[in-house]
Amino acid sequence: MDVLLLSRLQFAFTTFVHFIFVPLTLGLSILVAYMETKYLRTGNEVYKQMAKFWGKLFLINFALGVVTGLALEFQFGTNWAKYSEYVGDIFGSLLAIEATLAFFLESTFIAVWFFGWRLLPPKLHNLSIWIVAVATNISAFWILMANGWMQNPVGYVLNNGRAELDNFFALVSNPFGWQQFLHTLFAAYTISGFFVLGISAWHLFRGSNVDFFKRSFRIAAPFTVAFTLLLLVQGHYHGSNVAKYQPVKLAAMEAHWETMSKAPQYLIAIPDPANERNHLQLFPIPGGMSLLAYHSFDAEVMGLRDVPEGDRPPISLTFFSFRGMVGLGLLLLTFSAWAWCRRKEPELSPALMRLLPWIIPLPYIASQLGWIVSEVGRQPWVVYGVLRTQAGVSTGINMPQVAFSFGMFILLYSLLVAVGIYLLMHHGRKGPQ
Amino acid sequence: MMLETTWFILWGVLWAVYFALDGYDLGLGTMLPFLARKGMQGERDRRLIYNAAGPFWDGNQVWLVTAGGVTFAAFPGAYAALFSGMYTALFLLLFSLILRGVSFEFRRKVNSVAWRQTWDACHVLGSFLPALLLGVAFANIFQGIPLNAHGINEGGLLDLLNPYGLAGGVLFVLMFSLHGLLWLAVRTQGDLAESSVAMAKKLWVALLAMLALFLLMSAVYTKLFANYWENPILFAILLLPVVGLIQVRFALNRRASVLAWAGSAVAIIGVTLFGVLGIFPALLPSSIDPAYSMTISNAASSPKTLKIMLVVALLLVPLVIAYQAWVHVFFGKKITEEDLEHEEAY
Ligand code: HDD
Ligand code: HEM
Ligand code: HEM
Repeated sequence: MDVLLLSRLQFAFTTFVHFIFVPLTLGLSILVAYMETKYLRTGNEVYKQMAKFWGKLFLINFALGVVTGLALEFQFGTNWAKYSEYVGDIFGSLLAIEATLAFFLESTFIAVWFFGWRLLPPKLHNLSIWIVAVATNISAFWILMANGWMQNPVGYVLNNGRAELDNFFALVSNPFGWQQFLHTLFAAYTISGFFVLGISAWHLFRGSNVDFFKRSFRIAAPFTVAFTLLLLVQGHYHGSNVAKYQPVKLAAMEAHWETMSKAPQYLIAIPDPANERNHLQLFPIPGGMSLLAYHSFDAEVMGLRDVPEGDRPPISLTFFSFRGMVGLGLLLLTFSAWAWCRRKEPELSPALMRLLPWIIPLPYIASQLGWIVSEVGRQPWVVYGVLRTQAGVSTGINMPQVAFSFGMFILLYSLLVAVGIYLLMHHGRKGPQ
Repeated sequence: MMLETTWFILWGVLWAVYFALDGYDLGLGTMLPFLARKGMQGERDRRLIYNAAGPFWDGNQVWLVTAGGVTFAAFPGAYAALFSGMYTALFLLLFSLILRGVSFEFRRKVNSVAWRQTWDACHVLGSFLPALLLGVAFANIFQGIPLNAHGINEGGLLDLLNPYGLAGGVLFVLMFSLHGLLWLAVRTQGDLAESSVAMAKKLWVALLAMLALFLLMSAVYTKLFANYWENPILFAILLLPVVGLIQVRFALNRRASVLAWAGSAVAIIGVTLFGVLGIFPALLPSSIDPAYSMTISNAASSPKTLKIMLVVALLLVPLVIAYQAWVHVFFGKKITEEDLEHEEAY
């Protein structure tokens, strides 16, 4: 154990926890805003109740997203001081824009919405939640442009011993960042869709508040299937982008050792990094990997043996996380399609109603796995090809300090996550009053 | 250098605005145990106190996120040295703010006295500690920390607890507490408003004394006044805390609570800017050797980044101020019993 490893683990842990709450904020804000708009259009009180009920769950989740985000903002400085000095010119500005443009809007207008039910004219009240929805999605844009820059650095020059901004437009039109942004948004909408479907199904199975939850189900079902489908299709293009910009990561995601054209895709494989091969590979699809990555059977795919060992990411972790994400994605597509087919009379499919609540964790797991692919697969670089992770860590901090902060995070966050999940379940089961 | 200087001033102003805004809700949380009565009345008092800050605290806290983000964007060298240098203190601050943040949302989500008491405790701790830590941290920045040639702080957590640092901590706790009491007077009526005004009057005396002591100690322990003697016009900044505090006292007598609150906001901004102007051109003075300080020349971003960020800041910050001011006016009215009966209240 050293400061570097502990700082990496701490960063991973704290962003994972933040990202438990972020997706629901991104997606549920839109659904709640839509429900309230529907109330304004139809005048049907049940939609108002819906906005309030789902809004309450939204707020519990939002509070946790806010406080866990707070801790991240400063961690670049505390544990990654060298990194911060090196890239602050570029990376810092993206974070600062995120805060001034997005965080102010969401934190201010969520309060306007919560406290404003009786005080604001209905249209203005509805506008406030739409502002929140748009602002959270804008915040995702800036943070992912920041992360996209770490994955595929563009628009910079090396100057005065650091990366300096050269072209701001290149920064915000980074193709890698855009793919990440879209993929993460679609993932977040998928998560939110399954969340609403799952809780609605729980009530429909028990016959409580049937009208209310049927309507919720009908709003969520097309939303979920549409975004799950978009997610998987776009995920494929995201993968091609990885192949283009980060061939080493791609090779690790696929446990692909030998550089070759017409590279096959094995449906089942178990990597054996120690011997630079796979223990097992079954069911090849000839030329499959070449086709998936480069849209051509003949394309050459780089293998890991051509990469010096010190430049390879942890292979098994990247590989299994990727497989897990894709596998879960296919499973989720099936479920969202099933739910969509039964959207008219969902309560007549008890099997589906019984299963859907159990599906809620799966898209969450898929998205955490996706982040492992993205962040662990980027190793050993913190800024791909520019700065190594070990060169980014703070030099002025020591083990006891990091052990203290990490220990406190584990303690505090475990408690908060437990309380958060308990409250979501408690109020989700209680249903609307 | 113009660009860097502009950013230095903006940097100071952002922190000052953060203190003036989050200051009142942190102060309210700190005063909670002294304000809420025992027994049946207590729960009503506590809810009034939570709801007095309710619609605002999150928007106020984002000023901290922004001040941090701007330090990162405009002065990455200072961001790196400051936050790795005050590692443990910063994490204590963050943990406290995390507890405070969730306490608002969680406290009434389960109907149990023990549950509420737990979150009340978190709320008080999570309000008091940030006030104290921010004061200690900024006093140490004003005084200079032992930064070596590599931008590394050679001191530890306990070195922050020197006399001047502690004085800064006490000063901030008092400033924020007064600020919070005055905000409560703006937002409540009846018993609670009465007791917060009475308490504010007492606290005002303590704060005045502490401020005088802090200025005196600044002359003894720090080099803050060097800039002032060089450029005596700068002494005008000290009018802000003085005039602000006088206004607080007069407004309290006239029961003009909004004016009193505004006076203490001005005082907080004045105290912050007093220190910030004193350390110019350093953001983080080194107490080992001034050459090791993080200054606007060796810690700043490239001119291009500073220019882009300046455009962003000049466009967005006035807008933020405008809608946050609207929210304060719109939701700043007196809380009524009826407000508490509805479910959209903490
Ligand atoms: C509901 C969650 C979910 C599901 C079902 C999927 N993904 Fe995903 N994936 C994510 C959620 C996610 C994510 C958490 O949002 C990531 C992490 C970084 C990012 O941009 O999105 C991600 C990363 C990620 C990456 C790595 C990008 C990088 O290196 O930065 C690739 C190549 C894919 N995904 C591709 C896919 C494919 C081909 C899928 C299915 C066929 C798929 N994802 C399903
Ligand atoms: C929210 C989803 C995210 C998750 C789950 C996540 C996960 C991780 C993990 C697992 C690591 C450790 C990798 C390793 O050391 O092997 C890591 C490191 C890191 N991530 Fe992320 N990350 C996320 C988003 C981001 C974003 C948006 C940024 C930047 C804006 C970012 C910046 C970093 C940095 C600076 C490190 C430390 C250096 C390193 O170890 O590479 N992460 N993250
Ligand atoms: C790893 C780097 C990250 C940092 C430094 C960071 C920073 C923050 C901060 C400071 C907040 C609190 C804002 C407030 O007080 O209102 C926050 C909340 C939020 N963040 Fe992050 N964040 C990170 C990763 C992400 C990612 C990867 C996403 C989205 C894809 C994201 C999206 C959000 C959203 C939507 C919120 C709103 C509150 C909520 O989550 O419920 N963040 N973040």
